[in-house]
Amino acid sequence: MDIFLQQIVNGLVLGSIYALVALGYTMVYGILGLINFAHGDIVMIGALVALSVAQALAGSVLPGPAVLLVAALTATLVCVTLGVTIERAAYRPLRRAPRLAPLITAIGVSILLQYSAALVWGKQYLSMPELVKPGTVALGGAQFTELQAFIFVLACAVMAGLLWFIKASRLGRAMRATAQNAEIAGLMGVNIDRVIAFTFLLGSAVGAIAGVMIVLYYGIGHYFMGFMLGLKAFTAAVLGGIGNVAGAMLGGLLLGVIESLASGYIGDLTGGVLGSNYRDIFAFLVLILVLVFRPTGILGQHTGDRA
Amino acid sequence: MNPRPFRSIALVLAAALAASCARDDSAVKIGSASPLTGSQAHIGIDIRNGVQLAIEDLNAVGTEIGGRKVTFRLIAEDDEANPTKATTVAQKLADAKVVAVVGHFNSGASIPASRIYSDAGIPQISPSSTNPKYTQQGFKTTFRVVAHDDQQGPTLGRFAIEKLKAKSIAVVDDSTAYGQGLADAFSATVKARGARIVAREHTTDKDTDFMAILTKIKGRRPDLVMFGGIDPQAGPMVKQLAELGIQARFIGGDGMQTPNFIKLAGAAAEGVMASIPGLPKEQMPGGNAFMAKYRAKFKAEVELFAPMGYDAVMVFVDAMKRAGSTEPAKFLPELGKTRYQGVIGPIAFDEKGDLKDGPITIYVVKGGKWEPLETVIPGAEKPTRPPMKKST
Repeated sequence: MDIFLQQIVNGLVLGSIYALVALGYTMVYGILGLINFAHGDIVMIGALVALSVAQALAGSVLPGPAVLLVAALTATLVCVTLGVTIERAAYRPLRRAPRLAPLITAIGVSILLQYSAALVWGKQYLSMPELVKPGTVALGGAQFTELQAFIFVLACAVMAGLLWFIKASRLGRAMRATAQNAEIAGLMGVNIDRVIAFTFLLGSAVGAIAGVMIVLYYGIGHYFMGFMLGLKAFTAAVLGGIGNVAGAMLGGLLLGVIESLASGYIGDLTGGVLGSNYRDIFAFLVLILVLVFRPTGILGQHTGDRA
Repeated sequence: MNPRPFRSIALVLAAALAASCARDDSAVKIGSASPLTGSQAHIGIDIRNGVQLAIEDLNAVGTEIGGRKVTFRLIAEDDEANPTKATTVAQKLADAKVVAVVGHFNSGASIPASRIYSDAGIPQISPSSTNPKYTQQGFKTTFRVVAHDDQQGPTLGRFAIEKLKAKSIAVVDDSTAYGQGLADAFSATVKARGARIVAREHTTDKDTDFMAILTKIKGRRPDLVMFGGIDPQAGPMVKQLAELGIQARFIGGDGMQTPNFIKLAGAAAEGVMASIPGLPKEQMPGGNAFMAKYRAKFKAEVELFAPMGYDAVMVFVDAMKRAGSTEPAKFLPELGKTRYQGVIGPIAFDEKGDLKDGPITIYVVKGGKWEPLETVIPGAEKPTRPPMKKST
């Protein structure tokens, strides 16, 4: 039983990272109807920037948590700039183009980011210096580190803050209005360009936080790390109902738990035919099942021609 | 047509040929093939120097084969670490009528060249190629004096049972040919020796999240975790193992015996063990004497494979002595029966031409550095414990 509990804890930590990344996909989709395939790579850039800053400052007089804060802020700044620039340069000119054009552009931007990162950081795996030595906490048979707890709590806080922001703030209302009907919202005095740019800013900032969490948690960074992460987060967004912010969070956590349980028990269930190296199958099996049986996802409403 | 001029020309040619043979009557040619130019030149020249040293030693003492005094001559060729060039060089050596070849350095060069040597009936000993395929082509002429990649797993397994006293073991691999091969060989060995495999898990060579597998492993309470794979996975895995509070020791192969592993695993790397084929050169039986001799001759330090190159020549000559002939066809059958005590240790071949019981050194992370822990000679009675360097 404690093993089962441990797998759930593992899944929730993994899932909260997926959820943060999924938010970036779902917000952009909600407003533009665009699947921003470059989002996973923005997260990658955030992770590698944080890693480089941490490496540069690790031996200095600054204490570990301060270095972490500087690294996180730098990563957020770079990602936000990058996200807004990509929107301005690559997606805005194509806003009225056929739907396929921005989608393919997004894939192009993704590849551009990956190989630019390969040029800057090289193709080898990079290691994150250990900034803080987390202690471990035991809870009812499951064991987790303070870092895992921190990741989960921070992710929940970010998600709650984002929900509140979209629900209650003026800009959040503008975002919802734009999502419903951009043209009418524009006629009502909403500055569409600004709202869309802000959506990218918000998604990139949350993505940067996810990137920092990943390098902190796994201690490793790589120019290609955003690819699979992006696909998983996209799956999470679809699972929760793409375009729905709360759905992305739910989908992320759920996908994390499904993956964790699947890779923990697949070997026993299939009698050793399939091993845990096949765990990605489950993520994408979920994607296919959702698309076939409930294309709108768990929390998604029917979005007409958008889905 | 008058046949006389033709006959006289033939006569002159025959005489010239006889004369040239007379000059080189007793010089037996031994080929050396390795990269002598390019980015791997330092390693290739090192091998050639080892071969040269062996030939000079043999000529200095005067070697008798079949009751006849024999001198040896080195023909060194440059394969540029290039598989295509390697076949050209191999043909050149075969045309030069060398009786044996020491080479090549790279597995990628040794494998294509081996067909040419096999066709020409020339025995070949690679001092350094570790790809298992090299000796699996069915050629009678291919040998090597270095442990190959498939020998590491059983050695690790034996080490785990005999030294670490492991009873229940979890085995993880990265689903690659290297990782899975190593892990399977390890599993078979430890199972045969009575340990229980409590978990057999697979990940991929791209993953960095192993929490789910490790949690499962935690539930089985192993006293040892073995990983077949490379450092980008091994590093985070060791870290996550510590996070989950798993007390088991951790062991792996040469893919993770890198400085990078220690960086990736951080503090959790301490105490992790991994193996690499071969002895550290300071610990070879004839290592120090050889290094002194090498230094005196070449005014340089041994890079890597010079001792293997040296021993390869000695193994050839040993077989020639037993066969009483320098003809490849005569001494090749003896080569397989080699029992030779070389610089690198005891040399014997199995039926495929692989080094039997090639030594494998197990390293442990101590104070943030890989330190040789002990050398296992697979199949030997007792592993030898090399003198450990003092570390603070």
